[in-house]
Amino acid sequence: MSADVEVPVEASRTPKQLARLRRRRSRARYWSEFRRHRSGIIGLLILGFFVAIALVAPLIYPENPADPSAIINAEGESMAPPTAGYPLGTTQTGQSVLTLLVWGARVSLFVGLLATIISMTLGSLIGIGSGHYGNWFGAALERLTDWFLVIPFLPLAIVLATVAREIDWLGDSLITIVVVIGITSWPGTARLVRAQTMSVKARPYLERARVLGGGNWHQMTRHILPNVAPLILANTTLTVAIAILSETTLSFLGLGPQNRVSWGSMLDDAFGTGAISLGAWWYLIPPGLCVVLVVLAFTLIGRALEGVLSPQMRER
Amino acid sequence: MTLLGESVGGGLPPQQVGAQGAQREVSAPGGLGRYAVRRILTGFGTLLFVIVFNFVLFRLLPGDPIGMMTRGKDVDQQQLAELRRQFNAPLPEQFWSYIRNPFSSNLVSLQSGESVWSVIGDSFWPTMLLLGVSTIASASIGIWLGIHSAWGRGGKFDQITTGSTLTLYSMPEFWLGMLLLIFMSTGVGPFPGFFPSGGISSPGDDLGMVAGWLDLAWHLFLPALTLTLVYLAEYSLVMRSSLIDEMEQDYLKTARAKGLRDKLVRRRHAVPNALLPTITLVFLNVGFVVSGAITVETVFSWPGLGYLTYTAIQGPDNQLLQALFLLFAFAVIVANVIADLIVATVDPRVRA
Repeated sequence: MSADVEVPVEASRTPKQLARLRRRRSRARYWSEFRRHRSGIIGLLILGFFVAIALVAPLIYPENPADPSAIINAEGESMAPPTAGYPLGTTQTGQSVLTLLVWGARVSLFVGLLATIISMTLGSLIGIGSGHYGNWFGAALERLTDWFLVIPFLPLAIVLATVAREIDWLGDSLITIVVVIGITSWPGTARLVRAQTMSVKARPYLERARVLGGGNWHQMTRHILPNVAPLILANTTLTVAIAILSETTLSFLGLGPQNRVSWGSMLDDAFGTGAISLGAWWYLIPPGLCVVLVVLAFTLIGRALEGVLSPQMRER
Repeated sequence: MTLLGESVGGGLPPQQVGAQGAQREVSAPGGLGRYAVRRILTGFGTLLFVIVFNFVLFRLLPGDPIGMMTRGKDVDQQQLAELRRQFNAPLPEQFWSYIRNPFSSNLVSLQSGESVWSVIGDSFWPTMLLLGVSTIASASIGIWLGIHSAWGRGGKFDQITTGSTLTLYSMPEFWLGMLLLIFMSTGVGPFPGFFPSGGISSPGDDLGMVAGWLDLAWHLFLPALTLTLVYLAEYSLVMRSSLIDEMEQDYLKTARAKGLRDKLVRRRHAVPNALLPTITLVFLNVGFVVSGAITVETVFSWPGLGYLTYTAIQGPDNQLLQALFLLFAFAVIVANVIADLIVATVDPRVRA
């Protein structure tokens, strides 16, 4: 509607500028739509808070609490309840729970985001590929997706993490866990993207592109991907939530990154050193609560995005 | 004509829908059978993939499996030679013997030295008990919550239910378990510690029949409560959204126009049609349920398959881990086939 009014102004611009303008406008429209979802905004605020904490952690507490020297030099009492000096009490090694919590935000968010990038890349590539190619190649990718969709996620992640750890596949245990979560969580995305690709493929403008001689690559990157992208975006936020939960679970099982503090490894330590029977609630509650808040934030953002991007869901 | 039939059929009480389904089967003989055969064959394909995957993955492991298997045990030279021969056989031959019998009793748990399948057999029933109880509880409570929040969509009940189920859904289940333990078993502050800190039964003498069951229930309560709380979120959310879908259908307007009371419209017309996705979810969720069992059983030292997995990771006991992975994957594949067959039986449209 507004485009019609502004034709004279836009006529003087190059196609690239026009495209950019159009994109900026639709972004602004999406944003104003997103702002109407109160829960989405709450999610963004929570997330912003945790990202800020993760970024400034080394400024507040310069020493990484996972360093051996930090553990040896800890001055607090072992497993002491909250006091003025230690607002969230201490751990079994006498470190401040608050320090660990702040540093844990870094690992949890880092693993969650990086694993999601791997997962979304794999899921999008395989999903678009299996939807676009109608031949054996597409069918093979579809089979692969179905197989991985059925294999239960946590047992698969456990088995992969164990094997990767023992053959020292990727060296760094942080990267190992990122890759393990990334390659176990893609199939859901792939199936979603595949379905959307199939529906886009049937539309007339793709037939036009084919008739005009557009190759597979051109069709996939110029026509299918832009149409699948909003769906991928909404799915990304939900995948981050799952990835963070996975990191917490794997760390709790002792398969997480070594020599680093994450919320999951805190829970593992708390459990392993008998925080439950000692009644050390200050050690148990905070890390889990942070996980819940961050996961909830991503879930709320994801649901709001879905509402913005697919209007028929809006009334739910 | 068929279109009209579809939309009216959707609103009929279940018995009549069933009758109509039967009629359709007569017109297309063997429709369900053919579908079932095809679906079961795909299930086998998936199982084969898992077996191959499992084989390849664990062949990547370094080390001396024979040394680990026989350490500290009385093995004569002949047995040792036989084991050596098995492990040094060419890969295709190893693969063939693995494929022929993936559930072979040759696999030995490193920790106990027993066959992995007998170790797994011991842990099977505790897990079935825990998962069965919590699945039934979470599905029934979740469905009830979903129905009521969908029917009063946007109201207070809906807001509170959706909010709290989403929060429960975001929780690492083992963390919830630890919280319940610290507040209800250890007892912190005003909370009295009433429940046991773990295990499946009190140590000591064999209790009588009734006392034994009560003791079991007493131990089961906290882990089952944990899993129920975590799982009910998904049931409630799915039930809510599929009931909302049904609420927009025309046949509900018809039912109301007939003058049926709101409660009857809900119970007889909307809910039976919305129930299917939630019922199949029970089966589709098996993978998710298994994952929850691994961590929650660990927290409560519940002697089931999940706790066994934890000990296998800590070992590490790779043979046991491999067998457990195969078992979990097998369970999920079977559950998926069952879910699809249920849908196909109830709803002929998916058989195509």
